[in-house]
Amino acid sequence: MYRTWAIVERELRRFRRSPMLIVMSLVMPIIQLVVLGYAFGGQVKHLKVGLVDQDHGVPAVRLHELSNAVAANANTFTPLMYNDLGAALGDLRNGHLNGVLAIPPDFSRRQLAGDAPRVALIEDNTDNFVSASLAGAYSGLIASYNQPAAAPQRVSQETTLDVVEMYPYVPYIQYLLPGSIVMSIFMMVMIGGGIIFVDDKARGLHEGYLVTPITRLELILGFNLSGAIKAVLAGLVLMTIGSLIAGVPNPFDPLRLVRMFVVILVTAFALVSMMFLLMVRVNDPLIPRATFGLLNTFLYFPSGAVYPTQAFPGWMRVISRIDPFTYAVHAFKSLLLKNTGFGAIGYDLLYLMLFSLVSMTLATKLFRRTL
Amino acid sequence: MEAAINVKNIVKKFGDFTAVDDVSFTVERGEIFGLLGPNGAGKSTIIRMLTTLIPPTSGTAEVDGIDVVKNPDGVRKVIGVIPQALTSDLELSVYENLLIFAKLYGVPREKRNALIAGLLEQVELTKWANEQVKKLSGGMRRRVEIARGLVHQPRVLFLDEPTTGLDPVSRAAVWEMVRKIKAQHELTVLLTTHYMDEADNWCDRIAIVDHGHLMALDSPIRLKASIPGTNTIEASFGDAPANWHTQLEALPGVERVTGDASVARIATDNGPETTTALMSTAAHAGVRVLSLAVQSTSLDDVFVHYTGRQLRDALQEPSAADKSVMINRGR
Repeated sequence: MYRTWAIVERELRRFRRSPMLIVMSLVMPIIQLVVLGYAFGGQVKHLKVGLVDQDHGVPAVRLHELSNAVAANANTFTPLMYNDLGAALGDLRNGHLNGVLAIPPDFSRRQLAGDAPRVALIEDNTDNFVSASLAGAYSGLIASYNQPAAAPQRVSQETTLDVVEMYPYVPYIQYLLPGSIVMSIFMMVMIGGGIIFVDDKARGLHEGYLVTPITRLELILGFNLSGAIKAVLAGLVLMTIGSLIAGVPNPFDPLRLVRMFVVILVTAFALVSMMFLLMVRVNDPLIPRATFGLLNTFLYFPSGAVYPTQAFPGWMRVISRIDPFTYAVHAFKSLLLKNTGFGAIGYDLLYLMLFSLVSMTLATKLFRRTL
Repeated sequence: MEAAINVKNIVKKFGDFTAVDDVSFTVERGEIFGLLGPNGAGKSTIIRMLTTLIPPTSGTAEVDGIDVVKNPDGVRKVIGVIPQALTSDLELSVYENLLIFAKLYGVPREKRNALIAGLLEQVELTKWANEQVKKLSGGMRRRVEIARGLVHQPRVLFLDEPTTGLDPVSRAAVWEMVRKIKAQHELTVLLTTHYMDEADNWCDRIAIVDHGHLMALDSPIRLKASIPGTNTIEASFGDAPANWHTQLEALPGVERVTGDASVARIATDNGPETTTALMSTAAHAGVRVLSLAVQSTSLDDVFVHYTGRQLRDALQEPSAADKSVMINRGR
């Protein structure tokens, strides 16, 4: 028993002298609590709905006003006026809108005649949380719109909301897949990039490079290119296996594969350059390991990979704005769940490229050719 | 022909701490030049400045006639560096390690394989060329590093403690190879070591560094001659009288006596004469000689003479390598 206590004493003494380990083991769960607590189940807000009024009658205008009132109070959605249904549906497909409310040309006439008036809500249902919120909000809106109406009759005088879903049903596993692909790229960047990079530095392997006539730029390019190649491979493998596991329809559509490859490539470079910036001056092998867990929580959950960003509180929406994961996840979702072209993800690609450029420039400035 | 290495008034400061203070020396072509000194004396800092890893605070250094500050890439092309830590890639094979470095040094494709094969032959690793480095013993790994440092046919080779941690047989093998390779490649070699016997056997000239200063610089033979005594007599006595110490100092040839009356260490310039006189003096005085050993002055004596006997205990930052070991212990 005496010897047992010797072991316990030794472990506790060492524990007390490793403040980093103590902080990490306490900070991690707290951060997870806060981030995950707000990442799931929040009320979805700030959705964008295209309003196409093909009627322009007084009852239709009343419907607009009611929409605007909801926008002003509950903030669930913001109505945007469209003159043309085709344009609105195009924006819906490209992900600029979450839904389109179409008021048909005969709406006012039928409404006044009490002849089964209908409006249609066309939804982007690739995000079940978003489409459910939107349908809920509009059901409520139509219900209040109908309030002063008379008692029910055989032919409905009340306005009916027809909910139309743009895409086949998206199971949650398919919804998660884009985030997992980004995660595989991140993991490879972290393990195959950051951790090895700092370990090699600590072991003195980089001295071996520094005494050769290699230039600064050649070194930086070498580190980043090798990291990116490993990360792209990880992304490609996860895309293939993940698509099969999640049952993505038509997983080997060649055109989509090409687009996916481009997004994987751009994402890999963005994450590799971020990692290089974070680790360029680090010599302590503990740091990349600690950063790993923190970044994982801070980048993955606020990205919209598991729950729509529209449900996040303000501070988390700020993180998701900066987070390269957000843009990569959005691009993969567009390609995998909606089979869009580059038009729908141009902004994502642009952000990721700018992000890489900025990180790379800063890291290059911080990189030292000497010890 | 200019010297292989020419260091003039070189200084390196880290904040307030002066690691290397106004050191000057030259290394002639074809020499094996040893840099000796206690831990923290500034040896590694000197090597790091000469190999362009850190810039000097002031002073100049030229390697093969090229200034390390003005043209570091020029220096890097003509030097081979074998660091203290074993830094070959464990996962790669011996051949692959050499190949990568041949590419880093821009060795032309058509020369590469012949060069690597020749080097593997010289360090006697041809048989293990395709084995992963992690399967090799410490001595074999050190030889991989030596071959790696020579893959671009450098003119000056830097070795930082090449034999530390090796068993005596491997140490001898490493030295034998260094000497052979030096002769074949017309190399100049600058190295550091803690083993005085090795420095004595293999180095043409030795510089002793302490507290960032150059304390002595000469061939091992002249260094040994430069300190008091050519022999050291160690003896212990029984029934020694009170003035025994003084009697010992009066013996012929004696230059210095340390220790006390019962155990003495006598430095002399004539070992046999002093020993004969000691024996007869002891017999006259009725002193019993319990033990007696006569040694030639070694480089150890030279080292202690110039650097003193006190330990250089100082606190240091935990090195990154220590932390790496802590983490990777499980692997």
